[in-house]
Amino acid sequence: MKKSVFLGTLAVAGLAAGLASAQSTLEQVQARGSLLCGSNEGLAGFAAPDANGVWQGFDVSLCRAIATAVLGDPQAVEFVPLTSQTRFTALAAGEVDVLVRNSTWTYSRDTDLNLDFVGVNYYDGQGFMVRSDLGVSSATELDGATVCIQTGTTTELNLADFFRVNNITYEPVPVATNAEGQQQYLAGACDVYTTDVSGLAATRATFENASEHVILPEIVSKEPLGPVVRHGDNDWGDIVRWTLNALVAAEEYGVTSANVRELAAAPTANPEINRLLGTEGELGAMMGLANDWAVNVIAAVGNYGEVFEQNIGENTPVGLARGLNAQWTDGGLLYSPPFR
Amino acid sequence: MSDTHAHSVAFARDTMLPPAPPPPGETGAIRWIRENLFSSWSNGLLTIVSIYLIWSILSAILPWTLQGIWDAGSLGECRAIRDERGLSTAACWAVINERWLQILFGFYPTDNQLLASWFYSDELAAAGGLEAVFGPGSNSTARIEFIAAMKADIGNLVVFFFGYWRPLMALALLVVAVAPILYSSLPRKLLWFSLAYPFVAVFLLWGGTIWGPVSVAVGLVAAILVGRVVAAASGALLGMLAGIVAVLAIFLNPLPFADIGLFPLLPHVTGVLNAAMPIGLEAIPSDDFGGFMLAIIIGTSGIVLSLPLGIVLALGRQSSMPLIKWICVTFIEVIRGVPLIVWLFTASLLLNYFLPPGTNFDLLLRVIIMVTLFASAYLAEVVRGGLAALPKGQYEAADSLGLDYWKAMRLIVLPQALKISIPGIVNTFIGLFKDTTLVVFIGLRDPLGLTNAIRATAEWNGIYWELYIFVGLLFFVFCFFMSRYSMYLERKLQTDRR
Repeated sequence: MKKSVFLGTLAVAGLAAGLASAQSTLEQVQARGSLLCGSNEGLAGFAAPDANGVWQGFDVSLCRAIATAVLGDPQAVEFVPLTSQTRFTALAAGEVDVLVRNSTWTYSRDTDLNLDFVGVNYYDGQGFMVRSDLGVSSATELDGATVCIQTGTTTELNLADFFRVNNITYEPVPVATNAEGQQQYLAGACDVYTTDVSGLAATRATFENASEHVILPEIVSKEPLGPVVRHGDNDWGDIVRWTLNALVAAEEYGVTSANVRELAAAPTANPEINRLLGTEGELGAMMGLANDWAVNVIAAVGNYGEVFEQNIGENTPVGLARGLNAQWTDGGLLYSPPFR
Repeated sequence: MSDTHAHSVAFARDTMLPPAPPPPGETGAIRWIRENLFSSWSNGLLTIVSIYLIWSILSAILPWTLQGIWDAGSLGECRAIRDERGLSTAACWAVINERWLQILFGFYPTDNQLLASWFYSDELAAAGGLEAVFGPGSNSTARIEFIAAMKADIGNLVVFFFGYWRPLMALALLVVAVAPILYSSLPRKLLWFSLAYPFVAVFLLWGGTIWGPVSVAVGLVAAILVGRVVAAASGALLGMLAGIVAVLAIFLNPLPFADIGLFPLLPHVTGVLNAAMPIGLEAIPSDDFGGFMLAIIIGTSGIVLSLPLGIVLALGRQSSMPLIKWICVTFIEVIRGVPLIVWLFTASLLLNYFLPPGTNFDLLLRVIIMVTLFASAYLAEVVRGGLAALPKGQYEAADSLGLDYWKAMRLIVLPQALKISIPGIVNTFIGLFKDTTLVVFIGLRDPLGLTNAIRATAEWNGIYWELYIFVGLLFFVFCFFMSRYSMYLERKLQTDRR
């Protein structure tokens, strides 16, 4: 009896499986009618549920952009919460179509794990936060400081490197999560809290007296965060890459969610905009998408700059400046290859 | 003599003296305090120190709790209100006020069509009716905005009772299904409902066509019937074989090498029935399950499934047949010797590599299976303790009555052994229930995981205690009920020499 119940449930679960493996990722997504997006369980500004359970955030917007490109519906996304331990296996096992979970693009992840980072949607870096009454203006003055640090992360290694290179000492206070680090730092268990600058800014924004804390100017590591897809299905990788590029290019050419319909109504004077919005050429068909895919994407989520300002920009509680994430024309690193 | 006697009688009292009040300090509260709190110098000192400790803890906690702010939109607003009222400390219960539904149900979707047509009908009509808002081809962004406005308008309580009627009904029916098992005074016929309940619950929670659970249930009954009929005709062994073949034919393909498209029978039957009579609820994938509901689902299924499995394992470990014995011993020791979190990681990460690519084996189901196996190994040892505590004479008495093994176990040994094991069994159950929070590490949205998600929003970033206290209270209520029930059961079954 026991066994039969077990087998029965197994069989019922297996029914949903079908013969999905033979299809490409694009076909699977279209057949399913929704995009499975591997997301963070919650990171301020990047992915968080509102009171109605609708996900909002910087990473979330990229998922919605991809869903709009493929399915024409920004809400046709199922967010699969993944921890930092489970994220890459879940992607490799096909539990998600794309992983947009503030994952750092590194050599070994790209090669050894058989994954493809298709771009960078946020250039982050590790920084330090201290109390302003400490009178410290540079991280090199932190000799002998106690530092709250999340264990088992690249930030831990970067920290050791930085202090060794500058020939100063520190005393680590290991914490498990950002929430714990926040509490320890506030309770005075450590002088310095270190993590990615975006995280520091979000943390600082929650403090009662944010002005009593400063984020030091030094950025001690490169953390390019971007969407990840599986090795092997390059067509799908192209779609994710060019959706991201479309957001970036749209900002560069001044296409916003407000004016995109108008610009797409008839060919404009700028041929690059025309190709991006599908009023000239057949670029969409080359990826197996509708020709106006980029129009739908920009109309639904806005261009890169709009997404940034809405979720983590200077008018939000997170309050990040564009910095490295400005367009290349403004001295940043955002540089979309041409739509041609 | 008699005079003397009569004379002496005059000195004897014929009425009792009225009882005098006890001396002051020997009565009522004063006496109790003196006897219990200040019976000696050292006790008196301890009492004073304890009172000081309790006072200092309560004076820190109570104002914070009771002056808590219930109505605010964000942590910043909470702080502003607190300063406005001139309080030095105040809890920000507003986060619970806004998000308690999320902590209870995770992202389980509400029945928006029902909410809209019952409580928001004017605006629904203004927006163009059900079909325009919720029908296929409607604008999803507009729909989300409509739902957000609707929920803000009708309030959390209405959403709780009507939006989440499916999980609530599943919970209410769970109480009905469990009651006849827990309390023997209820009519025995209710047990049939207890048997049917798992299928009802699956239908209510996951939705989809009603014919799925129905045909699984009918299939199981059919397999048992086939087994019974064959067993009656040609012996127990053949009967068991026939039952297994029937299960294979219904649920799996018994001929994997020859794909003739007929097996398994189940999906065909379901498809035909569904085409004939499409009855069903909106299907909800396991990914949307979360919150305290998830803890209850995993905990309840783990408890219900692990008890029989644990008893079988305990009996198997005592078996005189070496093969069965060693299988059981190995199973118990391996499962028990490895932490639950490792098994959960196995379920979420490793199993993918063993299953055929593209197989979508529900993560929630994997977790339930792992939790069940884990708890059953512990239960097996608890039950084995009960079996070992039984005097040998009980086993011999059963044998001397001529009962076969199963009858002896069912009628004589197990009722006594299980009664002895009740505290241990309930202990394991409470542990299992609390262990369900570990699923946060494999990315299921349990209540603790949701506190992280809630903290990630700009409004509530930086809020800790309020969320943890709420989740802790929820767990406490359930665990306290289980512990009280086990004490009730022990008292009720107390027939022996205590």
